[in-house]
Amino acid sequence: MLQLITFSTLNGVLYGMLLFMMASGLTLIFSMMGVLNFAHASFYMLGAYFGFEISRRIGFWPGFIVAPLAVGGVGALVERYGLRRLHRLGHVSELLFTFGLAFVIEELVRIFWGNLPVNYSVPPSLDFVAFRLFDTTYPAYRMFMLLTAVAMFAALLVGLTRTRIGIIIQAALTHPDMVAMLGHDVPRIFMLVFGAGAALAGLAGVIAGPALVTQPSMAASLGPILFVVIVVGGLGSLGGAFAASLLIGLVQTFAVAMNYSLAGIFGSTAPPFLGDLWQVTVAELAPIIPYVLLVLMLIVRPTGLMGTRET
Amino acid sequence: MVKSGLAGCALALCLSAAPALAQDTIKIGYIDPLSGGGASTGEGGLKTFNFLADEINAAGGLNGKKVQIVPLDNKGNPQETLIQAQKAADDGIHIITQGDGSAVGIALEDWVTKFDQRNPGNEILYLNYGAIDPAMTNDKCSYWHFRYEADVNMLMAAMTNFMKGRPNIKKVYLINQDYSFGQAVHVAARAMLGEKRPDIQIVGDELVPLLKVTDFSPYIAKIKASGADSVITGNWGQDMTLLLKAAADAGLQTDWYTYYASAVGGPLAIKQTGLANRVFEVQEGFPNSAPEAAQKFETAFRAKEGMSVWYPRAVNEMRTLAKAITLAKADDAKSIAAQLEGMKTEAFDGGDAWMRKDDHQFFTNLSIGSFGPLDPGAKFDEEGTGWGWKTIGAVEAADTVLPTTCKMERP
Repeated sequence: MLQLITFSTLNGVLYGMLLFMMASGLTLIFSMMGVLNFAHASFYMLGAYFGFEISRRIGFWPGFIVAPLAVGGVGALVERYGLRRLHRLGHVSELLFTFGLAFVIEELVRIFWGNLPVNYSVPPSLDFVAFRLFDTTYPAYRMFMLLTAVAMFAALLVGLTRTRIGIIIQAALTHPDMVAMLGHDVPRIFMLVFGAGAALAGLAGVIAGPALVTQPSMAASLGPILFVVIVVGGLGSLGGAFAASLLIGLVQTFAVAMNYSLAGIFGSTAPPFLGDLWQVTVAELAPIIPYVLLVLMLIVRPTGLMGTRET
Repeated sequence: MVKSGLAGCALALCLSAAPALAQDTIKIGYIDPLSGGGASTGEGGLKTFNFLADEINAAGGLNGKKVQIVPLDNKGNPQETLIQAQKAADDGIHIITQGDGSAVGIALEDWVTKFDQRNPGNEILYLNYGAIDPAMTNDKCSYWHFRYEADVNMLMAAMTNFMKGRPNIKKVYLINQDYSFGQAVHVAARAMLGEKRPDIQIVGDELVPLLKVTDFSPYIAKIKASGADSVITGNWGQDMTLLLKAAADAGLQTDWYTYYASAVGGPLAIKQTGLANRVFEVQEGFPNSAPEAAQKFETAFRAKEGMSVWYPRAVNEMRTLAKAITLAKADDAKSIAAQLEGMKTEAFDGGDAWMRKDDHQFFTNLSIGSFGPLDPGAKFDEEGTGWGWKTIGAVEAADTVLPTTCKMERP
């Protein structure tokens, strides 16, 4: 039991941190520009594929540095030549643009790398057992993922609270018009934030690629969960995104481990109108629990856990 | 006036030429996932069928016509499958083959039956090389459906007979995919284990969403916590390989009784776990103990396609199809079906094989194999690991036969 709890906590925190790496960029972009970036998970996928290509030709570590920067560059270009033109047409146009962009990126990935998963594997320098607890081993690569995510969070925190540009970004999160009127180059800041958000998602992709499968459908499988994180955490709040990511990561991982069902608690004869629902275990429901949380949050507290703005 | 007349003539010429071209090839529609979570499995099957079609064409084709495989991506889901099947019908394809997923298979069998009822004379044949929910040859059976893989119950019977003679099995964990096939596996496992080894304790019974999970570590943690010494799983494709990968990461030490451990990435993942001769699979046969003709085929296939022969049953399917078309001297569905049912032949892996008339199930010998370092003199390893499959148990075809409740409507 203790073994299950320990490893579920570790895995849950890891999954949560991965979600946070992507959600932080998405929340920054949405809070500042009002753009719900449907293509954010696609940047995550691009990061994984760029990391794969670079690690195949040069090495994993060069890829770790270069791939997120490359994805950030792609993000900045998307903002400069795509979103900026649509800014005056309103939020709906920007949303549709990112929605279409997600499809385009997925198709481009299929064209360049094929439909099958690619062999983006853990580098030999990290391919060992980190520790052994209760006779289960935990791979070092997962510890590396955890450390990277924590380091990224720390860097983001320091960057946003202690640097000048960070303070301007924080202000633009809640009062974008005021910031523009104070004379700051808001379009440049937008491009920087969009690029940085994309780079963060790319970094998540670079480190998650070897652990989860690198395939064209990876964006579509993680995309919906991201929106749950954003809404549950609250818009305009990075701390909320962090709390929500961890919450969802832990809940989903622990839910898989739980075999409780109504039948287990109340006995196997089901009331006539419930039928199969009686037998369903929490583990089977695990994939939809985040969405249930989303719906509940929107009903009970639309601003999210720590949100500062309504949608 | 003249212009429209000329255009009309050109059109008529084109239209009259088209049917003539179409009749020179026998098209077989391959409806399986070529994108998404099942893509690697679907691509492997496509390569297999293309190789078999090339083999037939190199020998002169069938009744003078070439065989062509038409790939149709169903993305692994039943709705898309029906769209692709209709597309195949519109393109004049009247032989369809499918094998990845019983949810898809059942939907396809139902669609083919209804289509054939509404289109007498233009029927479509469905050759099934991998959808093994027993319902497809029992209460949902159809005259136009022929299945070339042993169904879930037949495979589980062979597996549990093998497990009967292994006293070290005490606690078993069941983990399967949450759809008709996976559910059939866990039901059959419980029933047959309860009957043959009532002393075995089933400590877990898990159903995971199909081809969605990429991180199986929570499930491995559960298996660890349950204290199981053996795992029975019907998982295939990425669900099998990622499960094994997570087991390798966590250092899980159990025996694995599987249906599809030899799937793409499986052998590599097993080697990573270090579990030599502890992963078992039930299959039609394994190359290292196959007859010489089959071994020659295996060598040629590996040289050309860069992968092992995953589907001896696909070889059986294409060869019996070729035989039926040649005997019937026709390639419409009705003539082929009449020849196929009741056909007796020799299986790819040796031994007698036949297509039962009552339910259109094909019976061959079955083997249980274990994966581990190659014996001296064994030629075939898997995925460059240096490890290969060794046959450690065999079941005669006659002993695999199970009764059927099928009452099919015959044309």
